[in-house]
Formats: sequence, structure tokens, C-alpha cells
Amino acid sequence: MAYWRLNKGMVKLKEALESCQEEYFLPGNSCCAGCGLEIALRWAIKALGSNTALVTPASCLNVVVGLWPKTAPNFPFTNMAFAAGAAAATGISAAFKAKAYRFPGKIWDEMTTITFAGDGGTADIGIQGLSGAAERNSDQIYVCYDNEAYMNTGIQRSSSTPHGAWTSTTTKGKDRFKKNLPAIMAAHDIPYVATCSISEPLDLYDKFQKAKSIKGCRYIHIMAPCCTGWGFNSEETIEIARLAVKTGSWILYEVESGIMTLSKASRPLLDPSKRSPLIDYLSKQKRFANISEKDLIELQEYLEHTWKRLEADLTCQEQYPK
Amino acid sequence: MTEVQKDFVQKRESIIIKGNVAAAYAAKSARVQVISAYPITPQTTVVEKLSEFVDNGLMPGTQYIKMESEHSVFAAVVGASKAGTRTFTATSGQGIFYAHEMIHWAAGARLPIVVAIASRGPAPPWNIWADFTDVISQRDTGWMSCFCAEHQEIYDEILMSYKVCEDYDILLPKFVSYGGFILSHTSKPVILEDQDLVDTFLPPLPGEEGWPHIWIDPKRPMMFGNLIMPSSFYYEFRLKIHDANIRAKEKIKNVAKEFEKIFGRNYGNGLIQEYKMDNADIGVIIYGDLALQMEQAVDDLRDEGYKVGMVKLRHFRPFPTEDIIEAAKKVKVLGVIDRATAFGCQTGGPVSCEVKAALHETKGTATILPIINGLGGREVSLEQQKNQLIKLVKYNETGELPKDMIHGTLWDGLLEVE
Amino acid sequence: MSESEKWKKINKSVKERPKVQEYKNWKELSPIPISLPIDGNMGITGDWRTFRPIIKEGCNKCGICWMYCPEGVIKRKEDGSFEIDLRYCKGCGICAKECPTKNIEMIRESDIKDD
Repeated sequence: MAYWRLNKGMVKLKEALESCQEEYFLPGNSCCAGCGLEIALRWAIKALGSNTALVTPASCLNVVVGLWPKTAPNFPFTNMAFAAGAAAATGISAAFKAKAYRFPGKIWDEMTTITFAGDGGTADIGIQGLSGAAERNSDQIYVCYDNEAYMNTGIQRSSSTPHGAWTSTTTKGKDRFKKNLPAIMAAHDIPYVATCSISEPLDLYDKFQKAKSIKGCRYIHIMAPCCTGWGFNSEETIEIARLAVKTGSWILYEVESGIMTLSKASRPLLDPSKRSPLIDYLSKQKRFANISEKDLIELQEYLEHTWKRLEADLTCQEQYPK
Repeated sequence: MTEVQKDFVQKRESIIIKGNVAAAYAAKSARVQVISAYPITPQTTVVEKLSEFVDNGLMPGTQYIKMESEHSVFAAVVGASKAGTRTFTATSGQGIFYAHEMIHWAAGARLPIVVAIASRGPAPPWNIWADFTDVISQRDTGWMSCFCAEHQEIYDEILMSYKVCEDYDILLPKFVSYGGFILSHTSKPVILEDQDLVDTFLPPLPGEEGWPHIWIDPKRPMMFGNLIMPSSFYYEFRLKIHDANIRAKEKIKNVAKEFEKIFGRNYGNGLIQEYKMDNADIGVIIYGDLALQMEQAVDDLRDEGYKVGMVKLRHFRPFPTEDIIEAAKKVKVLGVIDRATAFGCQTGGPVSCEVKAALHETKGTATILPIINGLGGREVSLEQQKNQLIKLVKYNETGELPKDMIHGTLWDGLLEVE
Repeated sequence: MSESEKWKKINKSVKERPKVQEYKNWKELSPIPISLPIDGNMGITGDWRTFRPIIKEGCNKCGICWMYCPEGVIKRKEDGSFEIDLRYCKGCGICAKECPTKNIEMIRESDIKDD
């Protein structure tokens, strides 16, 4: 599938300094100090520009934008009920098409619709809407910012919480493993699926720019650590996200029309010796403070198994291209 | 308006169609821009017919989105209406219950959405036939709702509803409901009006700016749906929904008058339709398809010398309190016939409870006898309706209540197996 | 002016509409609660700080602090250097932690003499 990139190649920090100065998410809102979500949203909207309509179901984002009559986002923004994120975005993007037909030559052709949901609103209550939107290739970018629990209501476990983590509803550590949402979305055969991390904002920017240029249902999953919920100091947010990538627990990749490519930060980690020890990542978070030896071994094995499967998939892809 | 709008060609014609198809033609005449679809018996034919129209190019520019559940259907319609388009969808029974959360949301966002409901009974036990409990159970949400008795009324009411909903002082969504299978799957001649004439009555709104109170426009960034603290204006915003609902009564009457002037069909005063209530001793308040049959029963009994009349209730929300009070002054006994239930309330029937509440203040008014019949599509024959009227006559003359009253309400037509 | 006139004033372009809406009672309210974007919608969040970031002399203007600041309060000036908008900086400390040349220092607010 052909696409054209707004920049030739990956954006560099120097170019971004020139071109991305405008802040669309105005400061002075009620995000926590050091909030991972805010960095993700800030760079996502810088990539998409102001011709964006954002829908957010119930989540932290829903609430941090402030109280009536003031708000933080300087672009069209809608709150929506919990299970209705992807469906409302489908309606909005259909309305833009209907308006573009009735009033041609205006901005309605160029509007991007984006759903910005948390992991609870995507993996649990919102998955019906998301699966439906993906199946009908609804023209929207669905972004899941993953802080691995229901943070807004006080750190309850979601299906995106990793094994062994403390949450207020799994006080002895979560039993099951993390739901692999990007793989589920790739199985829907949508044009673009990508994973990002807030420790690589320019990579995030590139992926959003690429997503903007593709039509159809696009899914982007961002790892956004939460200092309040995971138990680390606010200054370490970026460091934790970086460790998640470096240890290999969070893999950065893109699946474009069925072809998977690892992103720059995750490519070298195919070699197990290049991955940092998992304990470096887990020891910095209070939610893993009481993790048992058994849990640690299970997590380590799960990680290695995931990478081996990934390697097998990539090899298979080379030999049997779609 | 661009030249492409002229492609909605519909010349005035009278064709024999099912009630569901009449609803689809009405949505087409109203130039809706976004339709959200999900199948559920007995409404399915509405969205099927609309799909045919869209696929055959009879509704250019209309977006037809096929959703994966009724909750998503209403969420999509809310989203599309927010972005500034005229929207339409159809659902029934269980679908309404699933979408209940979004039904509250649409009323709170004051979006002028019109939804066709082919009413069916709630499960369990599983039932797909006519019963208005599904639409009536949404009475607290702030949506307006009305009942149709004939196929032509479905077509006309949808056009009138858009006009009422989109008025800048009202801005509330509306249900247009009719009995499942009784109206949805039977055929009668329906007059489809000339598109140009419909356009003079109902111009294709909204303009490019969208609705005046809510918009998604990068040049005027705004957000709707913030948190509001209890100490801030949340209470007042909710009061405004009730206020708009009550003020809609005047608008409904005005639109019905205007409709009659342009198209020549009369629907009472819009809120209720009286039939032979003048110089009557007994009256009934009835709604839905049974109202049409009751007209025949009233005629037959008038021929036999009884002085009976009926009030066809067209709108349930906003409730036509003043008109009911006026009608009740004319008779001595007023039977209120429900085809829905409100369990646990005084009479078991929602409309009878509301009528009792409406007549509470007026002295020397009619005695109410609540009646429930036809739940879950149970057939109510002409004979049965005539017997109901006779029972009311007997009650008026002798003061003797009918024999099968249960908890103060006549549950008419209960089965007895030998 | 009539009540609907008052709330229709917010249905205008950014230049023409008021920055903050003001209503006296339920009659003057718009039909739905819409919010308009404004800096500092939760007040002066600079009050949240315990530690304040100070950019020191040795800054090489790489821009990494600007890239990582969650709030977006690090602004780039004409000459390429950076300044922090202390009205809204919440003092999270990410800029100080990520600075590659360690030229941002977090100083306790109570240690700073008020100007």
C-alpha cells in the first residue's frame, strides 16, 4: 500500500525544534506532575495538527482536561461514555464525509478523527466497539495509552496489567498475563498497527505522521507509565519507559498491511545478550516490590518466549511474504 | 446548498408499503445525512430499505454505517449529530435497553436525533410482538416520544419530528414508535410527498456551522462533556432539559398546524386527537395501533345508542397535561387503556398513572378506570374493545366495578384454559 | 439581551468569542455545558511545586528537556535558548533527570528568596 511521508525519513530533534513549537494541549491542567499520558498526547497532536477531532471515553484524559467552563485542549475534543469511544468516532468520521459531500472544498475532507482511550476503555469495556470499528475499517486512528490499570478510579487491575503487579484489586499480585492488544488488532487486517513508547517521542511523532497519511482504521498503542499508580518518583517517568523498551518487555514495532517491522529502539534486542536484565525494570516500581522469585522467573520466561515467537514470525514473513 | 441536493428525486405518489418501509421513505425525504444500522426484529426492514436506497444512489452523500451493537449504534448517532449532521436510526425492544446509557447521553447533549421504534415486548420471556413498554421505559431520559396508529402517520410524524427537534429553542431527541409486526409488517397505501414540498416544510439542516449549541470545528475549538462539580451548574443544566421538554408542547402544536396547511392531513392538535368526545358520558384514552380499531368500536356503540368517545394520545413525552384535563372535563368516566407496563406503580400502567397525576388538581373531574391489554402482541379484537367500553358504561351507570380487576386495574383479556 | 442571544455569542470564531463564559442563572445558560480552551484551566499549577527547575549557564540548547516536558512549559526563545514558564511548571523533575549535560538543577522552593 503506497503512502507518502511528510518528512523524508525519521524526524530529527533539530527539525522538530523548528517545526513543532505549537502546544495544542495547554499547560495548567490537572494531570499529575510527570504524567506519562500528557507526553504521549502532546506529541501525538503535534504530529496530527489542529484539524483533528478527538474522542475520549472515560479515562484519566477525560478528567484531566479540567472542569467546566474551562478546558485544556486547543482543538475539538469530546468526552464520551466508557464503552462508546470507537463507535462515537465512527459516527464523527462519517459525519465529516457527509459534510464534505454537502459542503465541498472546505476542511471537512481533511479532518482526522482520533479516539484516545486508556487500557481499560480499550481492552475491557471498549473492545466490542474497537473490534467493530476495525472490522468495518472505520476511518479513524484509535490510540490506546497504556498505564496498565484503571488509574482514574484508583489503580484497579485491567486486562492490560502485567503478571505479578500490585493493584488495589490484585493485592497479592496479578495472576494472569497482559492481554496482547496490538496482536489482536493486527489480526483484524487493518492497514496500520504500531506500538510506541513515551521515551521515544520522535519515533511516536513519525508513527503518527505515517498513520495520518493512511486511510482506514489505524491502531497505535503507547506505553505510558504512571508515577502515581506504578510507584516511582515523578522524575523517573521517561527512565521507566526507556527501561521497558531496553529490557524487551515492551516491543516497538509496526505492522503495515500485514508486514511487521521492528522499530529502531527494539531491533537490536533480537539478540538476548543486548537486553537489559528484567530486574532493573521491575525493581524501580513499588508495584513489583513484593514480587516472588517464582513470579520473576515466570516473567523472564514469558519475555524470552515472546521474543522467540517474534523472531519466528519475522523469519516466516521473509520466507512466505503475503 | 450545492447542486447535488437536487438528486433526491421523489415525486408525489401513493404506494402500498409496510410501516417499516414508510419510515425508511420518511428518512429519505428528510434528507438525513448519517444513518446507523443494526438489525433487530421487528425493525430490521427499516435499515434494510435504507441500505437499498443508499446502495442504489437514491440518497447521494448519505453515510450508512453498519455497527456491531445497539449501544454502538446510538454512540455513532450521537457522534455524528455532534459533528453537525441530521441523523436517523431505528431499533426495538432489547436494543433500546442495551443502548440505555447512550439514550441518556443523547438527551443530555441535546442532540436532535429521530429514532424509529418498532415496539416489542421486553424479555424474558422472549417476545417480538407489539408492546410499548420498551419506548415508555425511556420516559425519564428526556427524550420526546410519540405513538403512531397508521402507516401514513409514521411517514408524517418523522417529518414533523425533525422540525420539532431541530428548533433552536427545543433541541431534544425523539422516538417515533409504532407496534411491532402490527404496523411494521403490514401494508397499506401511503402517500409519499413531493421532495420540493418537503424541502419547504423541512429545509435540509444543519448548515456548515453545525448545530448552534454544539460543534466540532477546528476554527472554534470547544469541548463538551467536562466534569461539573455539585456546587457548580450541573443541577441547572439538568433543569434546562425538563424546561425544553415542557416548552416543546407549543412547538408540536404549531408544527402540526403547519403540516396540515401544507400537506392537508390533520392529526388533532398534534398532542392528542379527540374522536366524538363532545356530548359523551364515557371516554377512553388510548394510544398506538389499537386507537384505530377503537374508533370503529366507538362508532359501533354510538350506533347502538351509547354515548362514548375516545382520545387518541399521540405524544407521551411531553405529556399533554392541559389537553387531558380539558378532555376529562367532558366525560364522567375515563378509561385509560395501556399497552405497556410500569411494574409497581399504582395502576401497573404508565399512562394511567400519568393521567391520574394530571387530574389530581382539578375538582369534579372524571373517574379513572385503568385498563391494560394486548401485552406482548396479544390480539385485542374489536369485540373485546367494545366490551371494554360496555364495562365502562356499566360502571358509570351502576357504580359497579368490572369483575376481573387486579390490584385496582382491569387486566383485560387474560387467558383461561379449560 | 435575550438568554439565547447571550449563549450564542460563544458560537463564534476564537477571536470573537469571550475567553471565559459567565452565567448568572439557569435561564442564561447555554443548552449544554461547553468548555473553551484556556491556559491554566486549573489555576496557577506552579503552586504545586516543591522543587523548581533552574536552567544553568552550561546549557547547550540541545532541546531534550523541551522534548520530554509533559506539560509543555519549556519554551524556546528566539536565540535558541530555553526558558521555563514557572506559572504552570509542576516541578516533576523530568527535565533535570533527562538533561544529558546535567545543566538543570532542582532547587527547593522554600530555599529560594522571593523576588
